[in-house]
Formats: sequence, C-alpha cells, structure tokens
Amino acid sequence: MTANRLYGPLADVSGDAGYAEHPQRVGFFTDTSVCIGCKACEVACKEWNALPEPDGDVLTLTGMSYDNTGALGSNSWRHVAFIEQPVPANGHAGELITQQPVDADGATRWLMASDVCKHCTHAACLDVCPTGALVRTEFGTVIVQPDVCNGCAYCVSACPFGVIDRREDDGRAWKCTMCYDRLRGGLEPACAKACPTDSIQFGPLDELRAVAQSRLEELHAGGETQARLYLDDPDDGIGGGGAFFLLLDEPEVYGLPPDPVVTTRDLPRMWQWAGAAAVVLAAGVAVAFSGRRDTA
Amino acid sequence: MAECHPVAFQWVVEAKRRGATIVHVDPRFTRTSALANIHVPSRVGGDIVLLGALVNYVLSGGHEFREYVTAYTNAADILPADYQDAEDSDGLFSGYDPVTRTYDNSSWKPTGERDLTLTHPRCVFQVLKRHFARYDAELVQRVCGISEADFTRLAGILVRASGREHTTAWVYAVGWTQHTTGVQHIRTAAILQLLLGNMGRPGGGIMALRGHASIQGCTDIPTLFDLLPGYLPMPRAEDETLDGYLTRLPDTGFWGNKRAYLVSLLKAWFGAAATAENEYLFPLLPRLTGDHGTYRTVLNMIEGGVKGYFLWGQNPAVGSAGSRLQRLALAKLDWLVVRDLAVIESATFWQDSPEIATGELATEQIGTEVFFLPAASHVEKGGTFTNTQRMLQWHHKALDPPGDARSDLWFAYHLGKRIRARVAESDAERDRLLRSLTWDYPESGDEAEPDAEAVLQEINGSGPDGKLLNGFGELKPDGSTRCGCWIYSGCYAGGVNQTARRKPQSEQSWVAPEWGWAWPANRRMLYNRASADPQGKPWSERKRYVWWNEQNGEWTGHDVPDFEKTKSPDYIPPDGAVGPAALAGTDPFIMQRDGRGALFVWTGLKDGPLPTHYESAESPVVNDVYKQDTSPASVLYPRDAATSEQLAGHAATYPYIFTTYRLTEHHTAGGMSRTLSRLSELQPELFCEVSPQLAAERGLENGGWATIISARAAIEARVLVTRRLRPLRLADGAVVHQVGLPYHWGSEGLVTGDVVNDLLPFALDPNVLIQESKVATCDVRAGRRPRGPALIELVDSYRHQAGLEPLDSWTASTQEGS
Repeated sequence: MTANRLYGPLADVSGDAGYAEHPQRVGFFTDTSVCIGCKACEVACKEWNALPEPDGDVLTLTGMSYDNTGALGSNSWRHVAFIEQPVPANGHAGELITQQPVDADGATRWLMASDVCKHCTHAACLDVCPTGALVRTEFGTVIVQPDVCNGCAYCVSACPFGVIDRREDDGRAWKCTMCYDRLRGGLEPACAKACPTDSIQFGPLDELRAVAQSRLEELHAGGETQARLYLDDPDDGIGGGGAFFLLLDEPEVYGLPPDPVVTTRDLPRMWQWAGAAAVVLAAGVAVAFSGRRDTA
Repeated sequence: MAECHPVAFQWVVEAKRRGATIVHVDPRFTRTSALANIHVPSRVGGDIVLLGALVNYVLSGGHEFREYVTAYTNAADILPADYQDAEDSDGLFSGYDPVTRTYDNSSWKPTGERDLTLTHPRCVFQVLKRHFARYDAELVQRVCGISEADFTRLAGILVRASGREHTTAWVYAVGWTQHTTGVQHIRTAAILQLLLGNMGRPGGGIMALRGHASIQGCTDIPTLFDLLPGYLPMPRAEDETLDGYLTRLPDTGFWGNKRAYLVSLLKAWFGAAATAENEYLFPLLPRLTGDHGTYRTVLNMIEGGVKGYFLWGQNPAVGSAGSRLQRLALAKLDWLVVRDLAVIESATFWQDSPEIATGELATEQIGTEVFFLPAASHVEKGGTFTNTQRMLQWHHKALDPPGDARSDLWFAYHLGKRIRARVAESDAERDRLLRSLTWDYPESGDEAEPDAEAVLQEINGSGPDGKLLNGFGELKPDGSTRCGCWIYSGCYAGGVNQTARRKPQSEQSWVAPEWGWAWPANRRMLYNRASADPQGKPWSERKRYVWWNEQNGEWTGHDVPDFEKTKSPDYIPPDGAVGPAALAGTDPFIMQRDGRGALFVWTGLKDGPLPTHYESAESPVVNDVYKQDTSPASVLYPRDAATSEQLAGHAATYPYIFTTYRLTEHHTAGGMSRTLSRLSELQPELFCEVSPQLAAERGLENGGWATIISARAAIEARVLVTRRLRPLRLADGAVVHQVGLPYHWGSEGLVTGDVVNDLLPFALDPNVLIQESKVATCDVRAGRRPRGPALIELVDSYRHQAGLEPLDSWTASTQEGS
C-alpha cells in the first residue's frame, strides 16, 4: 500500500483507502443541459433516505425562481438550482439550448442543474474527521457513519463546496451517501433512478467521463460554445469529482466554486511549517536554558 | 409538457437527441421552453390565428402533400351554393340563429359531388384557402404578438419537417382545450396535419396530453354525461326506440356495426333480462333532456334543483372554474359524498371556505350533510390505466389500503349491491333497470373486494358459450355476445389479460406491441393505412409502417393494420353498401362515414365547420379579424361571464390577461400533493408570475404580495418577477401583459393559499362544455387583499367601474334562477 496522498491525481481511490479488492469506482454525471427541473431527484432522495420532513408552517416561498430548496444541506442531499439568466440582445445560446426570442430587452434562458455531494477524490471532510465517522467506501464514495459522528463540524468548514451540514436537532453531520445501501444491493442511487431525462447518470466513473466528453462535443458542435465539464479532471484541485457536471456556463453562475481546492492540500506543508516552528521553538528553549546554564 | 408530464417528456428529450427540432408555443417561458429548440411566446386565446396562419402558409406556398390530400381527405368535396363562410359574413357561417346562439348546418352538407383537381370554387380545398387567406404573418403579429420573423421561422420548420420523408407531431394539453374555442383549436391542428400528410404515419399525429392518470380511460368508458362506453352517444329524450337511436350514428364505415356495439353493451349490463323483444331494455335507459354538464349542474344546485352530489377524486371547491360558485352550490345540497385520499376543501367548505370569512356563508346555516369516505390510492388496488396512446396498462395491488379506505370499485360495487337489495322486492318500472343489472363480480378478502380482472373481462366481452372474445370483430347485433365497451374488446383476447404484458422494449419490435394493450385491436397508431399510398405502398422507405402485400393479398407491417386485413387497395364499394364495405380500399379514416380525413366538418360541431378566430369570453382586446367578437355559440351562463362585449370600453378596469396552469411539484387542486411534505416544500406558496415591466407598472416586488382582482373574486399571491414572462406587442403597438397563476392552493393541507379558480368565469366551449380556464382578465395591485366583507367591497368597486352589478345581487339573482 502506498502512502496516503492529499492532492493530485489518484488512479485507485478505494485501493488508496485500503481496500485490497473492490468494485470499480462509481459516480454521477449530471448533464444539466437536459435537466427539466422536475426535482424528482430531490424527492426520491428524501424518500429513499427517509430524511426528516419539514413542518408545513415554516414553508415559505424563497422568491428565487422555482428553487424553494435553496441549497444542499443536512436534509436536502440533492438540490436543483434554477437560474434565470439574461442573454444580451446580440446573444445567441446555440442551436440546442433555447432562450426566449430576442427583443429590445434581450432574452432570457433558464438554466437548471441538480447539485449533489461531489464525492471528491481528495475529500477534505474525510481528511479532517477526528472520529473516523467519514469514510471512503469500496465504491470510492464518501459517507458519514452517523453512529460514529460526534458533531464536531470540522468537516463542515473543510468542504470546499459547502455540501456537508449539521442537523440542528441532533448536531451530527449529514450528506449524500450516493445511496450506499442501494449500491450494496446492486441498485443505482434513487436520484438517478428517478430522473426522467437521464440528466443524472450513474455508473463507473471512467465510462461516465467518456459519455460526458462526447455529449460536450455534441453541444459544442451545436453552437453551445460555453458548455463545459466541471470536476471531471483528475488534475483539478480535488483530484476530480466522483460526481461531476456538464454546465452551460461558468460554475459561478450555478453557485459553484470556479476552481475548488481540497482544503487539506496544504496540510503536509502546514505540518512541515508547524514542525519547523516546533523545532525552532525547541531550539530556542534549549538555547535559553543552555544560556542560563552558561551564566550559572 | 416538461412541467406536467415530466416522465413522458423524456421521449421529447430523446427525439431532440436524435435530431428532432422542438418548438414550444406558450405564453410563458416554462420548463418545457427551457429544453425546446425554439420558444414562441404568444398571447393566450390567439391559437386559431397562429394555427390558421400556418394553414395559410402551407396552402398559399403549395406546401401541402397533394397526393395525400386528394386521396385521403375531403378536400375534393363540393359544398352547396348556399353555404356561406365566416369570411362572407364577418365571422358567422350560414345557418346561425342569434337568439338560440346555434347553427342549422343544412347549408354545410357537401353535395356529394367531388372535384379531384381541387379547383372547383366551392370544393373544400378552395373554401379552406379562402377561409384562411387573411390569416398571415402580419395578423399573427397583430393578434398573438409573435413577430413576423418568428412566425416565418416556425412555419419553415414545420413545412421542412413534413412530406414523404418527414413527419411532424403536435402535442397539446389543456392550453388548447380549456377555451370557449377549445375544440376548434384541435380542429385547426387536424387540418394542418391532414394537409401536410402527418396523420396515420410514424412520427406524425396529434397527441393530447391528459390532465390526470387515465383521463383517456374515463372518456373511453366515460364519466361524461353525454356518452355511453365506446363513444356511443347518450340517448336523448327523443330517442324512444333502439332503431331510432341508431339512426344518429353513420351507416357507413366502422360505425356501421353500431347495432352490434350497442346490443352487446346492453347484454353486458342486463344479461338475460335484455332480449330482442324488449329492445334489450334500451327504452328504459336514462335520457338527456338538455345540458347536464358539471357547470349547469352547479347552477342547478344553487337554484335548488339538486339534492345530492358525489365527488370521486374531484375537488371543485379549488379545482373547477368559478370555485366561489362551486362552494356556494355545495352549501345548497342536502347531502354530499366526498371520496378522496385526504380531507379536501370540497369536504370542509362549510367551516373554512373564503365565503365564511366574508360572511356570505355561515356554518350554522349550511344544511349540507357531508360524508367523507377515504379512498384507496392506485397502489392499493389492481386495475388499468389508459394513457394518451389509448394504451391500457394493468397495475397490480402493492399493499392494502389503510383503515377504512376502499377502492373506487369496492365502493361502486357495494353501493350498487345495497341499492339493489333495497329494490329487490320492488315491481316499480323505474327500478326495473337496477333489478336487471348483472351485478355479480367475484369478491375476495375480509373486505369483499370485487375482482377487477372480472370487470375487465366483462369489458372485453364474451360469446354465447361464455368464452372471452378476441376482438370487436366478433360482436353480433343479435344479442348473442356481451361486451362492456366495444373498443376495449380484445384486451382479454385468448383469455389472457393483455393489459398486464410487460415485455421489455429490447425483446420486441420498436412498435412494442407486447407492452400493455392499445385500443382498438392493439393498434398503436390509428388510421395507419394512411402510412401507405393509395396503391398500398409506403410513401417512403424511411416512414414505412403498414403496407399492402400483393402476394398474400393482405395488409401487413410493423403495427396491426387499421384496415380490413384483406381489403385490396383497388376495392371500390358497390352502390348502397353499408358498414365497412361502404369504404373503398383507399379510404384510411375508417371511423368517418366517408373514410376520409375531415378538413371540413359539416356535422357534429356546434360552432362552425371551419375554425375561426374569436376572442376569449374575457379579453382586453376586440376581435381584429371579424365583427363577431367572441364565439357565437359559446355557452355562457347568465350574469357570470363578463364578456368582452360587456366590458367594451372598460378594459382599463381589468387590463391584464391571466392564465392558470399547473406546476411539476403539485397535482391539480392539491389533494394529492399539498398533503405531502416532500412536494409541499418544493412549492410552498401560491405565487403570480409577472414581467419586470408589469411589476414596474404596478409597483410589485419580487417576493412581495399582490392582489389579483377579476370580475368575480380577488385573491392574493406572492410575487415572482420574471423575465420569462414578457409583454407582447399587438396591433397598433398595443402592449398586453399576461399574469401567470398556478392554481394548486386552497385552505386544507400542509401548505395553503387562495383559490385561483375563484377568478374564472363559467364560459364554455359549446361542443364539449369545457370551461375557459386558460384566459380571463384581471387587475393586479401591490399588497395583500382585504379580509372579511371588505374583500367583497373591493371586488364590487371594480364591478361598479366596469358597469357590472354588485357581486351580492349577482349571487342573489343566480340563486333566484336567473
């Protein structure tokens, strides 16, 4: 077994976590260009994972287009964003994605995207968890074991995407498990199963990356030059996502960080500096004491 | 479609991936628009102008599929000399009686002569050309607010995607139907599809998206007052004898076998009690004496003519147009039975309806005895759904219903048993039908659940030996066969529940004939004879579907041919032939009396033989095309609809158009979604969608409140300011604003809100009596609505401005039976 690494490409994430034999790494490819914003993923997720139900009297309209979920959180492990995006009067959204006809005020297009935990190749939440509640599974995904979590919330501040979140009532951290129980039973995750247009695709990560690449080329050929893949690259700041996306615009448009970096990337260096600082401190102390001895 | 049929929309996404161009015409930019190639925003109520202009574009450009049109439609029929078109008399056809608001169609009936050159000035083709000649891109801009460039682009796409090698499909839902001209919208699409050769061919057709699961099924075996199973008309008072009744249906084409369909139905219902001597008990069937539609019935309730009411999975206090009147009507009943999954507003109106708050109703003064009976959901019972493709799919029971909840079948069956027990000893003539019913389905379990498969077998039909029939071709007019619905005959062919078949797509042909069962005769596409040319050869190899096999002397293909299997393309019917034999080997539309697609409809329509643009009952603009402003035959009930004629000069009072619709996250009146937290949290509050321009005009803020006032109610909603709604520029630069209102909310459930349908009039299409709920007029002002009696004062202040009587006098006069 090689030493754990906190940054950079990693070919065998499960093997790296200590699984001698393990299934292929699986993941989500969310193709937002065919998302119809039906939120079946949100509902299927909550139903399958028996997430807590909100009280009716606290439910209010957010006023943010058709998004009343707001963000990923401890009780919402899929979140569909709705972005009503002005297109300038001379703007052209390509042949495949529609916008309103352009008039004096320009036009509008409506982007929808189902967000989820990225199941990072280098998962800061897991790296910082002091109790071992967060673990890498044999499928290469990252899950929280609720019976081990002590609610310290280190993971919450470590996640570069703001995905993992504590429940107010029990204090523990919760997030998408990629339906670990379903995977163990040979089923695809509930959200992918429920998605009517195959916007959410589940499968071996290698295959999904190939599918995504050809879909991207199709969109580019159709004039959607702004279409791009997000978190598909093992060389990126998180070593590539176990969940990655096809976006039609900059990640910021969807509320996603443009260049996320695993927050523990600098940990070795920080330890080095801390170590060096400790050495210097120890040396200083030693000098101080020795000096005292000298004067004695 | 993506909004209300997200699961079916996967096939649109699939088609788009394969290169289809998806065009979405809708006043709003919706989740469907977001995935289409092109969105065309249009003013609600202008559809006939848009579709008619497409017809004109096809005809004036010579883009019609000429061989198809000549051979398969009634384009060549010559109309009588006294026929007058709407073009001749400013929006009215010949035969109109303004007093009764009805047409006498005698001048519409074709003479019987035909001109296959389609040049005779009175042939349907030429009449059609003249009728739509003024419907052009400029008119589309003036009426619908669609730019000429957008229209031309749309027309070009349509024409390029039609013809021998290509087909176009139209998909519609209640955005077309819920208008005073609803039927004529679909008629215009049918004309277009026939002209382009898009009917009976793969990738073509007109698909009606239904509003609920199995709405198709409940017209096939109807919950409609004017139909019997299998689209046999409900008898009218004047239909005294069975023979007399049957003359109302065509003698030629497949309706020619009407006696076999009807007699088999009566035998299924009444068994041995139905004999040739007693006309199979036909004379005892209930008869229509007029309009018994749901809106007329509601007014009858208010007038005191209705004692009791059953609501099965329907929530008129929220879901029907003019919900205020609906609730006032429920309060006048002696008894009301509500069967639903959850306690809905129609069961609680007596304690928490808006009229209690305004003081119009007082709980202690409502005499209605309400019975709420919990119903089993679809997973708690077995049975079929019939989808829009006419496909029956059996669903198995997954678990027992909770508590006292029972299936609809259980309720209907046991209610019938109890009523029959009451009349078992009666010798009154009025009880004879009840006593004669075959009412003996097998029961099982502790709750004595009737066997749904036994019901399906009865629908399928059986022969004299009790053996299940294989199809409606086996039905006899002599009383020897029984069949509960002739078009469903064959769903149990071979003694097998064909509707329960679930062979995966990967294990059968692309037409997938072994998934479920489609009526009639498991045909997946109607009128598919039209996929071949008159000689029986496919119009194109690419669009090959059903064709004539000369060698075997039969029709064959990917689907079950919708034609007599061995009728040769060169068959010419002998004079005086009746039934299917009266149709030639080149007549694909076998349910029509002449076997041809009807570009011109001379019988069966109450508002004209050709679609004609009329403004909606309520509209801020007057008809730009004809002097006749609104539909001359629409059904308007006294005092309710403030028509555009009434409001002429008062458009400033109600200056905006509103349109109602559904959201993906909820289901209709909310009984199945506002009771569930998973769905309620996704769309927790009623909102109105307005453009930034309208928001500025009325001082509305995103996330704030707005009050929407129509001629009959005022409601409040949160505001969503969105560029997805945009003002449309009409004739002479007039700008029209449209307000979007989803209608899911009421006073019950986890999330509550005002009832949008309160705003709507009782204004109906004359052909099918569907309400105009897609368009009406309103004002919008910032802030919440007043509470209590002040709410009525607000509505009345607007009515006063518009020259209408106050609301209470209107209600009172309605109650007096005006």
